[in-house]
Amino acid sequence: MKELIVISGKGGTGKTSLMAAFSSLAENKVLCDADVDAADLHLIMNPKVIRRTEFRSGNTAVINKDLCTECGLCREMCRWNAISAAYEVNSIDCEGCGVCVHFCPEAAIEFPENTCGEWFVSNTRFGSLVHARLGIAEENSGKLVTLVRQQARELAEAKKLDLILTDGPPGVGCPVIASIGGASAVLIVTEPTVSGKHDMQRVAQLADHFKVPAMICVNKYDLNLELTLDIENYAEEKGLLYLGRIPFDPVFIKAMIQAQTVFEYDGQSSASEAIRAIWQRLSDKLGLR
Amino acid sequence: MIISVASGKGGTGKTTVSTNLALSIGSQVQLLDCDVEQPNAHLFLNPVFDRTETVTTPVPEIDMDKCTFCRKCAEICEFKAIVVVGETALTFEELCHSCGGCMAVCPENAITEKGRELGILQKGHYNGIEFIHGKLRVGEAMSPPLIRKVLSFADPGKLTIVDAPPGTSCPVIETMKPADFVLLVTEPTPFGLYDLKLAVGAAKILNIPCGLVINRSDMGDEKVKEYAAMENLAILMEIPFDRRIAEAYSRGDMIVDVMPEWRTKFLELYQRIKGLVT
Repeated sequence: MKELIVISGKGGTGKTSLMAAFSSLAENKVLCDADVDAADLHLIMNPKVIRRTEFRSGNTAVINKDLCTECGLCREMCRWNAISAAYEVNSIDCEGCGVCVHFCPEAAIEFPENTCGEWFVSNTRFGSLVHARLGIAEENSGKLVTLVRQQARELAEAKKLDLILTDGPPGVGCPVIASIGGASAVLIVTEPTVSGKHDMQRVAQLADHFKVPAMICVNKYDLNLELTLDIENYAEEKGLLYLGRIPFDPVFIKAMIQAQTVFEYDGQSSASEAIRAIWQRLSDKLGLR
Repeated sequence: MIISVASGKGGTGKTTVSTNLALSIGSQVQLLDCDVEQPNAHLFLNPVFDRTETVTTPVPEIDMDKCTFCRKCAEICEFKAIVVVGETALTFEELCHSCGGCMAVCPENAITEKGRELGILQKGHYNGIEFIHGKLRVGEAMSPPLIRKVLSFADPGKLTIVDAPPGTSCPVIETMKPADFVLLVTEPTPFGLYDLKLAVGAAKILNIPCGLVINRSDMGDEKVKEYAAMENLAILMEIPFDRRIAEAYSRGDMIVDVMPEWRTKFLELYQRIKGLVT
């Protein structure tokens, strides 16, 4: 079984639109949205949720005022300054380390588990989708990413499907690290801008660091041909498999507004043609049927 | 005053707005780039850096001569960063959240702290703007302590503009927390709107006033404006799609340099924000 993660480094380069387009082309796959912090794939997939599960992770301190003697030890020991002078814990600031809970001489601090979000298994017109919603301002996004990837894998195994197509998060931090570890390959979708190139280089280094093979394509390539060439040279130098260019095409936004993939909206558009060629190279490389 | 520029969705134009706003104001202004996973503001402002420092977070170091393998440190650690097996105590530094619990609980005083490198912080200036950013080491997962370090340079005597990372989880919350105003940059697309709602939710949880900039305002639909009207969110500026702007951005050029008439618009944006904060 192959697992491809679509990432970008920089946000807004077209990861999710491209991932949705691939859903139109790929067969025998499970879809997975690992951008749990700002999950958007469902806006195109129109999923029918068949299983919904709470995501619980971490704990938050809560002071029982009846038992608290206001001795001050918890406020002194808390490194996050999460306990106010009125002995109330600010749940946003609380790191969930439990130091106050452990040291409170009155055992006045409770430590309930957090419900940080939900994850879903859904049916879509392109097959099954495993996705999630991390609560706003919640932590542990990396753990939720690991969980949805694991669920997608189990589903693919159970259904004897040979591909997991995963929409990854932007950046190079905790959720991205959780998204790419152990994957068959990552596809980096970049754009010919100074920031697109900078962020692509950092995420390519990350893939290299975790020994995940990286492929690359340039979206909106005609915005800056010089930088597109620059990125192509970088890919060659670093031994990243270069899959091709996609032109700047308003069809991406038009399709998104209709909740369609670019192929559903206009299979003959210049972007569609380019994506078809990229998918061909990609599936050859991954050895898909 | 601290203005955090955030978005929910990536690539909507946070860095464009924060850098052009800072450059338009031009004096008594700081720009703190807190998107430490992918800092980009320096690519547009090209600041001269005069200081670079390594940023670390404290992690435990166990003195094996003193350790009696009582396991109290492993038991208090909520993050499984210490494991005691037989006559060995192992630390997993990258899991440590630096709470200091193990050090406080150790009955033998066998635990001290050392710094673990998270990345670097650089400080510089450009055309009257004081510039600071953090750069997370590639492979490092823990960004909030580095973000807090960058934010610690906020000067109450100046206007501080903070470029936030995308999303709505811990790194974004860290960046919004100290703000007096959250400026949300969005685009009029379904993805832009969905992620905008999350970002507005985050500002509400933190009880910080917010307003919108709609970028590429003519490339999409009307739903962001309908939402703004319904939620009573002020639309403080609209930037229409203009290939000149997109191409200038691609090269790392500033809008206000390429099209100087935009300077006035960014100054108006600042006046509107001030009107909403005081």
